[in-house]
Amino acid sequence: MGRYVIRRLLQMIPVFFGTTLLIFLMVNVMGDPVAGLCGDRQCDPATAARLRAEFGLDKPVWQQYATYMGNVFTGDFGTAFNGQKVTELMGTAFPVTVRLTVVAVVFEIVIGISLGVLTGLRRGRPADTGVLLVTLVVISVPTFVTGLLLQLLLGVKWGVVRPAVSSAATVDELLVPGLVLASVSLAYVTRLTRTSVAENARADYVRTAVAKGLPRRRVVSRHLLRNSLIPVVTFIGTDVGALMGGAIVTERIFNIHGVGFQLYQGIVRQSSQTVVGFVTVLVLVFLLANLIVDLLYAVLDPRIRYA
Amino acid sequence: MPEPHYDPDAAISAAGAGGATDLAMDEGETLEKGPGGGPPGPDPAGRPRSLWSDAWRDLRRNPVFVVSGLVIVFLVVISLWPSLIASGNPLHCDLGRAQEGSRPGHPFGFDGQGCDVYTRTVYGARTSVTVGVCSTLGVALLGSVLGGLAGFFGGSWDALLSRITDVFFGIPVVLGGLVFLSVITSTTVWPVIGFIVLLGWPQIARIARGSVITAKQNDYVQAARALGASNARMLLRHVAPNAVAPVIVVATIALGTYISLEATLSFLGVGLRPPAVSWGIDISAASSYVRNAPHMLLWPAGALAVTVLAFIMLGDAVRDALDPKLR
Amino acid sequence: MRGATHAKWAACAMAVVLAATACGGGGNGGGGGGSGVISSSWGDPQNPLEPANTNEVQGGKVLDMLFRGLKRYDPRTGEAENWLAEKIDTTDSQNFTVTVKDGWTFSNGEKVTARSFVDAWNYGAHLKNNQRNAYFFNYIEGYDEVHPEKGEATADTLSGLKVKDERTFTVKLTQKFSTWPETLGYNAFAPLPRAFFDDHDAWLSKPVGNGPYTVESYTKGSMMSLRTWDQYPGEDKARNDGVDLKVYTDNTIAYTDLTAGNLDLLDDVPASQLRNVQADLGDRYINTPAGIIQTLAFPYYDKRWNADGMEKVRKGLSMAINRQQITDTIFQRTRTPAKDWTSPVLKEEGGFDDGLCGEACEFDAAEAKKLVDEGGGIPGGTLRITFNADTGSHREWVDAVCNSINNALDNDRACTGNPVGTFADFRNEITDRKMTGPFRAGWQMDYPLIQNFLQPLYYTNASSNDGKWSNEEFDRLVDEANAETDPARAAGKFKDAEEVVRDEMAAIPLWYQNGSAGYSDRISNVALNPFSVPVYHEITVD
Repeated sequence: MGRYVIRRLLQMIPVFFGTTLLIFLMVNVMGDPVAGLCGDRQCDPATAARLRAEFGLDKPVWQQYATYMGNVFTGDFGTAFNGQKVTELMGTAFPVTVRLTVVAVVFEIVIGISLGVLTGLRRGRPADTGVLLVTLVVISVPTFVTGLLLQLLLGVKWGVVRPAVSSAATVDELLVPGLVLASVSLAYVTRLTRTSVAENARADYVRTAVAKGLPRRRVVSRHLLRNSLIPVVTFIGTDVGALMGGAIVTERIFNIHGVGFQLYQGIVRQSSQTVVGFVTVLVLVFLLANLIVDLLYAVLDPRIRYA
Repeated sequence: MPEPHYDPDAAISAAGAGGATDLAMDEGETLEKGPGGGPPGPDPAGRPRSLWSDAWRDLRRNPVFVVSGLVIVFLVVISLWPSLIASGNPLHCDLGRAQEGSRPGHPFGFDGQGCDVYTRTVYGARTSVTVGVCSTLGVALLGSVLGGLAGFFGGSWDALLSRITDVFFGIPVVLGGLVFLSVITSTTVWPVIGFIVLLGWPQIARIARGSVITAKQNDYVQAARALGASNARMLLRHVAPNAVAPVIVVATIALGTYISLEATLSFLGVGLRPPAVSWGIDISAASSYVRNAPHMLLWPAGALAVTVLAFIMLGDAVRDALDPKLR
Repeated sequence: MRGATHAKWAACAMAVVLAATACGGGGNGGGGGGSGVISSSWGDPQNPLEPANTNEVQGGKVLDMLFRGLKRYDPRTGEAENWLAEKIDTTDSQNFTVTVKDGWTFSNGEKVTARSFVDAWNYGAHLKNNQRNAYFFNYIEGYDEVHPEKGEATADTLSGLKVKDERTFTVKLTQKFSTWPETLGYNAFAPLPRAFFDDHDAWLSKPVGNGPYTVESYTKGSMMSLRTWDQYPGEDKARNDGVDLKVYTDNTIAYTDLTAGNLDLLDDVPASQLRNVQADLGDRYINTPAGIIQTLAFPYYDKRWNADGMEKVRKGLSMAINRQQITDTIFQRTRTPAKDWTSPVLKEEGGFDDGLCGEACEFDAAEAKKLVDEGGGIPGGTLRITFNADTGSHREWVDAVCNSINNALDNDRACTGNPVGTFADFRNEITDRKMTGPFRAGWQMDYPLIQNFLQPLYYTNASSNDGKWSNEEFDRLVDEANAETDPARAAGKFKDAEEVVRDEMAAIPLWYQNGSAGYSDRISNVALNPFSVPVYHEITVD
């Protein structure tokens, strides 16, 4: 187990460098960001040159990358163009996005798994077909359309919730955005649980448990669910990273000042310091989530042993 | 034998394959079976009852497959010949009629620029179907070749590929789109397709890798190896046919989400460029007018949803048909 | 039983949370900190909030509340009036003596003296400080030494600035510029306290100025709380308790928040919501002219666009654009069809002339087609209008302009929009001279002078002459106009120069932009100044 974890941690190193390099290059090919800092007019060449020097943009890309990574390891993620430290930006953005992600994941777990178990046990019945159809519709409508429609209906027409999230971004304000963010994954979780439950419901151990005369609830919760949840847990685990980075659209629609918003602003202003910094943290979260999922996997399925 | 009896990586990759791209689907359970649970291969000697012919027989009788298939055929036809059902010109717009509702000859009304919504919805099918089909082909081809090779040969190849897929998974799709598509300024659909292939292939690669590893461990493959079959023969004759099913399933479902992704990219301002006509462009343009003129959003979004739905249901049906356990 | 218990617990938790939203949602009202505090929409300023470093409206809003300069532009007429300046004297339009009023202090108690200005201007001009607005000081003698085009600065301060005594300083310009004092209301010329230089980082995190408001707290990227400064010595004391500026990710959501009662003031109603304004806000909506003009500029470094006869094509294109229809439909009259190259806020005395463009700015499809054909047609066959897609919803009007041109020329592919992903990229394409067709050019005046609408945009190699248009006669007329000491005669000369722009159709004028703002029923006396910034200090809370 310990050796496995160490091996996995070591494998993260090249991935970490690969991703940061890729993002660094991507932001760099977008061109010179300094031109965008002077409004609708040309930056005077001397100031532009000074700004480039200040942000290290006058150096070759590999050197910029090396300097940047060197700084990252000392905890310095650089400065955005408006003079704000990127670590400061992260300090305000990540807590908000973490809250949003937690809300989304809770939705996935509670609604997704309940619906999945329900439909899995009633395969082919009207309830099953109905839920299945709804999940398909949720998957096929783009998230931004779902988000805008929910905002219009709940926030503007019926006035049930605040349409925009305030800068405090409390959990109750994040419920609707969280649901929107979770919607597609939620549909997948439902479907995944459904298939998995349906498949395991015919397994020998379930038949044995039923034959032993165990109450149905106990069979479902102790035997069936535990085995059916393995693929669901792995999905949700890997989804955490995706939700955090994929909230660009949701955060923009609902005025959430989280990671997605900062990333979008960073890209639009071509601030490689902001973008690379945020993505670096996201990649770490993603890799760690993957590792935890793999370890959890061994807990849930005793057949798996990590050497 | 690199792995004792079970490859956790393969199973996990498959289950979580879509995580990063939000394009995931429930392919997990097809690979979840552990030892001995793989799809039974075609009888090496007998022709009459292969997995494929069985599946096809099932599909023909499945109403879901028939309906989604017909919808897709219809979409393909109007993508090729939109003028069959729309006589107007999607690029002709008269601002004087902006946001007007439906009237004779213009059943869906007009959009914010005074273009005919019906004509644009019909013509938009071509772009969306092209994006969906071409991206899926590219993703499936690239992903299954790279993933399959990695799974088959294992070792350092495999390690390298797994790390590369990790790298691509780490990049949020929307972020990648913003960067990639703001650099490339061609007015065709190809940059969008190229981008989707670039970020989509690792998903398929993981699945292909996982299913190749599972298929490789089957007795008949071991037998073929013992009989001295070459790598190429083993891969093409024995492993690939058994590993391809999950890829097909995931690809058909992913196709729908790629069409949806094009719309999201347009919403963020980096999708297709004018004068392209696409549902994504129209949906994002209409999204800010949803309060005043919901018809502008309804039609292209409805068309998009129906198309995506058709492809996902097709994929679903194909998956059920290819999975013998669910028969 | 473990699983089942968990499920039950989760379901209950969910129910509680859902109930909490139902109770907590809506009707919180205002959103400002105190009863007399206004909440107003904001965008994250692009550059650090230093006066000479802020060149966009969002940062400008804050500086407007935090600082008062030598001059102030009247919020209604736009006229420059002495504010901290007691008098600004000159005999030759080149050497000025400025006397600062007595009794002004910064909110930290420090006196505003002649030195506060001279230090601030020296800081703003110096190359090492990277101030985006440094070029505002380039008329002052010695600018080339502190801010050379290449290499290091050879002087620390502007030689043209001299402190005479505590309240007097002199300015020497490099050339005659009779209306120079009128430019001093711009934020870049604001005074700065010593605290700015002594502890720069602390100042940036909580700026200190001499205006009617002080900064209470500043959370970068999300909110700034400004409170009324009780000891403010000026006449324009704030009539409310303060302003909370809230950053929104998008102004559509800000509008939604305004209608839901969570925001008091939105100073830029998005075009897509203008149709709802009447129903949502009734008369709590203002739409007033601002000193902003939108034009289409051309790349004159591209030989095809600089060829003889091309002025006919440009004029034809101008006549192919149905400005009235676009401003009515897309912009719901928050833009006015342009009839010259300046702005109505200048008024006729200032050089605005609604007859200057004449028929060249009127829609006439037949004449447009004829002119374009006579001029040799559109270079390359297709007109690609370049714009940046990330801000300002430009796509809609570009599409509308193209449709109008396509319909007039009877060719569906005559014109198409060419979006560029980011503003920085858009600027890069301009700077690197990569444009192949017309591109979006907007001009927001820095100060209400006709000079500001012409010289920076059309003078040879001027800072915002993005199309690199060059015309000797225009340059000569502008030089003459600047040397005129009589403001009316100067404006007349500038108009002569503007006629050259018209005859060559150097840029196609599209429309004058209005400021449009919506506000909640909590507040009244809302107005926008000619720079389309809300006049915060006049707003009252009911």
